[in-house]
Amino acid sequence: MIAPAVFLQRANFIDSLYIVAFSLFIYGMSGLTGPRTAVRGNKIAAAGMAVAVVATLLTPHVLSGGSTPWLMALGVAIGVAVGVPAARRVQMTQMPQMVALFNGVGGGAVAIIAWVEYRHHFAPGYFPLKSEIPTLFAAIVGSVSFWGSNIAFGKLQEILPGRPIKLPGQTIINGVLFAICVVSAIVLATGTHSQALFIVGILLAAALLGNMVVLPIGGADMPVVISLLNAFTGLSAAATGIALNNTALIVAGMIVGASGTILTNLMAKAMNRSVPAIVAGGFGGAVAAPTAGDIDRGPVRSTSPQDVAIQLSYARQIVIAPGYGMAVAQAQHAVRELERALEARGVEVKYAIHPVAGRMPGHMNVLLAEADVPYDLLREMDDINPEFSRTDVTLVIGANDVTNPAAKNEPGSPIYGMPILEVDKSGAVVVLKRSMASGFAGIDNPLFYDAKTSLLFGDAKQSVSEITAEVQAL
Amino acid sequence: MTLVTEIAILVLAAFVGFEVISKVPNTLHTPLMSGTNAIHGIVVLGGLLLMHEANGVLEHFLLVVAIAFGTINVVGGFLVTDRMLGMFKRKEVPKPEEIEASEGDAK
Repeated sequence: MIAPAVFLQRANFIDSLYIVAFSLFIYGMSGLTGPRTAVRGNKIAAAGMAVAVVATLLTPHVLSGGSTPWLMALGVAIGVAVGVPAARRVQMTQMPQMVALFNGVGGGAVAIIAWVEYRHHFAPGYFPLKSEIPTLFAAIVGSVSFWGSNIAFGKLQEILPGRPIKLPGQTIINGVLFAICVVSAIVLATGTHSQALFIVGILLAAALLGNMVVLPIGGADMPVVISLLNAFTGLSAAATGIALNNTALIVAGMIVGASGTILTNLMAKAMNRSVPAIVAGGFGGAVAAPTAGDIDRGPVRSTSPQDVAIQLSYARQIVIAPGYGMAVAQAQHAVRELERALEARGVEVKYAIHPVAGRMPGHMNVLLAEADVPYDLLREMDDINPEFSRTDVTLVIGANDVTNPAAKNEPGSPIYGMPILEVDKSGAVVVLKRSMASGFAGIDNPLFYDAKTSLLFGDAKQSVSEITAEVQAL
Repeated sequence: MTLVTEIAILVLAAFVGFEVISKVPNTLHTPLMSGTNAIHGIVVLGGLLLMHEANGVLEHFLLVVAIAFGTINVVGGFLVTDRMLGMFKRKEVPKPEEIEASEGDAK
């Protein structure tokens, strides 16, 4: 090596490395916006992270102290030992939970760092407001993000019930908790005497707030919540950057905060929900809304794989509308088989992708891409909706709320106004379902009682395979 | 660095974030959320920067946990995103980590 360590430790050099790092983040993220460049974009961003870590380790004094490097190595080793197998083993269907969990630990790291930063600076009695305010902000938001993400994980993993869990006066309790966080932070920032335990109180109040905010939110809104918490963690990381005077943290955190906000809005818009309404808890008047048992919708018609195979084989055009049920049953490969079998018979097959089908936007695209379904067969909601009237049969595979005509016809319905796939306009509808249970949002679906709808009960993967076998036998 | 400089950086970064993301197709929203999620794991730097200043067992313990959390966020996040994106390529090989020589036929 030509450059001596003294040169490497010069502040300018390190700051330049941070500039390289965040340039790589931005370049990498713009790569993530197109399918062709996305893989490379992700790797470029990861390279940026490596540069940022190297720059940090080269900072003067950072490695000083006998145990420091070992403790750092220990932390990284634990992180790698947990993170790598988790990322390798997770099923594509469990991706939303995984993202929630990764986001949660990020928020946890922010909160802990804020705690230590506070302890460290408070002891000498000197903590400039410029560092103290962002530190307290990071402590509150990081803690909310950590606990909120854990609840989101619990709900998606079905450890906790997906239905909204509500307490009376929930909104007031949340407001009080939020006020406690803010007021305590102000007291801390303006106080001069030692209040070392105060910060723990703030972290706890924020933790409680994180729990209370996410618990009453129904499972169907979870993607929006994860995205929102993702943006929060980004903002709190940026705040940490201001407290620590670290440009890489400021830029990276803020980019995530900004992009996360946009993504959250896009998702909320697709569900015709507003972010404040989601955060305020559950589906608006969910308590007063008619529940599954209240309205007699008449009988449902069940069908057999043989009948479905005949219906599909003699159609000109069919549309497949997948939902979370396809993900749960891992049916994407079976669906692709069926599509091939039908195409071999000259049937035109298209996929209708609702922006929030599944548990995250693009969830269905990921799964169908895994099964090698070509991109051009996947149609977004606005493209496919005019096509339904020309479609002979629509095959709904484990989708429920995103096909629910109540969103258009029943002003009393909690999802009234949400844009849906207008599958009820097609000639016939076949719904593959496990049981008559209602969707994740807990709302009854009149589509199932429509005269032209027939239901095929059972595991989606098995049902699709049976249909495929019948189609091939015809 | 002064606070004003840092706020200027913050504001510019916000615009970059808005600008970059507003062009993303629906299809890539999940990998994008996962990728940006990995990027905020950069907070691990905070843990690294503070370690040498830590006093006492509690602070050392907390920072080890923070670094572990941050590392999970970064490493797990990038790996999961890579796995997801690997599936978007049209190819015969079933496992994504094999080769990425198929630049041209990515669809």
